[in-house]
Amino acid sequence: MSSNDANLLRTANDWVREGRKVALATVIETWGSAPQPVGSQLVIDADGNFEGSVSGGCVEGAVVTEAQDAIETGAGKVLAFGVADETAWEVGLACGGKIRVYVEPVTGA
Amino acid sequence: MDVKVLETLEKARADRLAVAVVTDISTGAQEVVSQRYADEHVLADALQDGFRFDKSGVVSTESAEFFIHIHNPALRLVVIGAVHIAQAIVPMAKAAGYDITVIDPRGAFATEDRFPDVTLHADWPDEVLPTVGLDARTGFLALTHDPKVDDPALIAALQSECFYIGALGSRKTQASRADRLKQAGVDPSRICGPVGLDIGARGAPEIAISIMAELTRALRLGLNK
Repeated sequence: MSSNDANLLRTANDWVREGRKVALATVIETWGSAPQPVGSQLVIDADGNFEGSVSGGCVEGAVVTEAQDAIETGAGKVLAFGVADETAWEVGLACGGKIRVYVEPVTGA
Repeated sequence: MDVKVLETLEKARADRLAVAVVTDISTGAQEVVSQRYADEHVLADALQDGFRFDKSGVVSTESAEFFIHIHNPALRLVVIGAVHIAQAIVPMAKAAGYDITVIDPRGAFATEDRFPDVTLHADWPDEVLPTVGLDARTGFLALTHDPKVDDPALIAALQSECFYIGALGSRKTQASRADRLKQAGVDPSRICGPVGLDIGARGAPEIAISIMAELTRALRLGLNK
């Protein structure tokens, strides 16, 4: 883990302490030329503010939306992105890679 | 993720403890596993490899799919010598995720103006290093050119687990240093010197690039690549 990821965990903790509702998105698998390694994370709050990166900018928008959804429902889910994705025009990875992202709400605050 | 897991991770980082978060990605069930107890875990092999190679990933068993997220202690770079090249290295190492400690007994060099936002010690390295604690997630650089300062620090580094030891100086300097260290009873063969990959670097910023490249290679591929 790089310290940048650790700083993100601190950001997540800080946001929780501020009373914000928070979700985490984590790259759990990559194939091909995915720009961010497994373990890269995004911290998202209910308003759609985010810090970090899971793809270098290609799919963050979609991940943020799913994360806001996870904050509402309280349930985690796995998202898959790649050039073959049917929404590729909107959120595909231009690099040709594929990634899976686990999105989960932070609970118990 | 329960907020308690987040807090545990923050504490582990502060204490420089290696932990992993194991998530069952179909149920969201989660646990924090310390490296110390990894061999007792049902996913022991995957956990131990993950810690060793600093690699997170998905592991499938017959019944479930788990994501193992490795949280190794932050990388650290300990630099002996608050010199010009050190000033060039600090921002690069910071960008690469290192926590940085700079040690130089010469108070005129080790100033906060020259080294903002690093842990700075205007003391002799052999006095400071025991409290710094050189571990397997630490890289080490001796940059003063002065045996009085560099040699005791290098001896401490060679007796530690740090993953990289670089020392500034020409081949001739390296050879006489190696002789001195052998006489002091330590094996100097782990020292990378002349320091840095040979990319024809000119000037402090380019030398810093070559040192960062060699440091990164040692971290990711090991020393003998």
